[in-house]
Amino acid sequence: MPRYYTEEHEWIDVDGDVATVGITDFAQGQLGDIVFVEVPDTGAELSQGGDAAVVESVKAASDVYAPVDGTVTEGNSQLEEDPALVNSDPEGEGWFFRLALSDKSQLDGLMDAKAYKAFCDAL
Amino acid sequence: MTETEQLDEDGAIEAATEVLPLDAWHRAKGGRMVEFAGYWMPIQYEGIMAEHLWVREHAGLFDVSHMGQMLLSHEGGDMAALDAAVETLLPIDLSTLQMGMQRYSLLLAEDGGVLDDLMVSRWPDYLYLVVNGATKWDDIGHLREFLPDDIVINHLDDQALLALQGPGAAAALGRHVTGEWPLSALVFMRLGAFQIGGVPATISRSGYTGEDGFEISIPAEAAAAVADLLCAEPEVKPIGLGARDSLRLEAGLPLYGHDLDPAIDPVEGDLAFAISKRRREEGGFPGAARILGHLADGSPRKRVGLLVDGKMPVREGAKLFDGNTEIGVVTSGGFAPSVGAPIAMGYVPRDHAEPGTALAAEVRGKRVACTVAAMPFVPHNYVRKTGA
Repeated sequence: MPRYYTEEHEWIDVDGDVATVGITDFAQGQLGDIVFVEVPDTGAELSQGGDAAVVESVKAASDVYAPVDGTVTEGNSQLEEDPALVNSDPEGEGWFFRLALSDKSQLDGLMDAKAYKAFCDAL
Repeated sequence: MTETEQLDEDGAIEAATEVLPLDAWHRAKGGRMVEFAGYWMPIQYEGIMAEHLWVREHAGLFDVSHMGQMLLSHEGGDMAALDAAVETLLPIDLSTLQMGMQRYSLLLAEDGGVLDDLMVSRWPDYLYLVVNGATKWDDIGHLREFLPDDIVINHLDDQALLALQGPGAAAALGRHVTGEWPLSALVFMRLGAFQIGGVPATISRSGYTGEDGFEISIPAEAAAAVADLLCAEPEVKPIGLGARDSLRLEAGLPLYGHDLDPAIDPVEGDLAFAISKRRREEGGFPGAARILGHLADGSPRKRVGLLVDGKMPVREGAKLFDGNTEIGVVTSGGFAPSVGAPIAMGYVPRDHAEPGTALAAEVRGKRVACTVAAMPFVPHNYVRKTGA
């Protein structure tokens, strides 16, 4: 299952036509203690680069953007009770939402793990 | 602290972000540096939540060297003239401020709006002021403009200011302090001269967290050595600005520029306690007509605390509603680690200011239920009696 990354520090796991989206370990480290996550409603139509979710640390609220176009099939309801999952397991249990991809060709514009690491190292 | 200027993209001169005496110390400790009040300052070290809880349980060292420290004096040594001059700008009764006492006060604009909140202490031949970092240059300008020429303002810009806060602060500091009096002689809102590891230090028992603690003024060149000495104590960790903000919010203490500004008077700001009894009777401070009127009849709006339902933080700028009517605004808010829930403060009309009043805040187009609450949200732990 290929994993892609964005310059906004999101990861996307693709399984057929469904993608799971979260924020990277680098991103959670920058944000600090996560106290609240607002995930999109099931059925929401997301467009690449548009608002998808909100993640709030003690200090501030940050937007999470849709990495690709798609229709939300599920939000991670565990984050409602335990937003700190984003800190403890950002690239696993701390996923944000799943969406049905509208245009798989958009994945071609994203980074792979190696390119993302180089991107972070250059920051 | 050297001030430098640089050209921005438009070719205009703007002040560059300045460096405080402990800059390298913060970076070596892993502090994440951000720009605040014109300075590079640590927002956090290991994490805001852990740092916040550590201060409530043990003790934390904060670098607050961005704040303005100044000594006011009369060039002929006439303390009565100094007091009288300062009382024209602050609603404080300096006749009851004895040697070694500290008091919270407000720098007032002509219309009674709050230009800054500050600490005033009595010292031989001087009044010692500590003002907010973001406002210190405006404060100095205001004082210079409105105080008579025989009042001398000495800006102590070569002094660092450290705050040691938390239930373990007295024990940790006590191991290093020497002086004419024991540290325990200081109670809340008192100030004295001591040495820490041989460094001359002016120490007050006060702070901005709601906990017992101290503010320590030392020469800038000795700041790193003193910070190392204190952080070597088992109770003490360095704490960043992030936890400073969440701690003061829980303590119900306003943050200037957010919860207070020049449009707000002391009664609206729920700071009537800072207007001394004699000054209420005599007036004679800026905006006295407005402020005394609000004291007598209540102000149209008031700063209140808000407990927020659920987990979603309500932050500065969120509008407050009673039903469909917009009635006020949040001026500070966030997750409160010691409360375990989001809290906020903001301004509401006085008929909505009673604790228990149900309101709603608007966050990203959604309404969140909240309730007006008495402050502080976490009880203050000040030490008011000697021997403690």
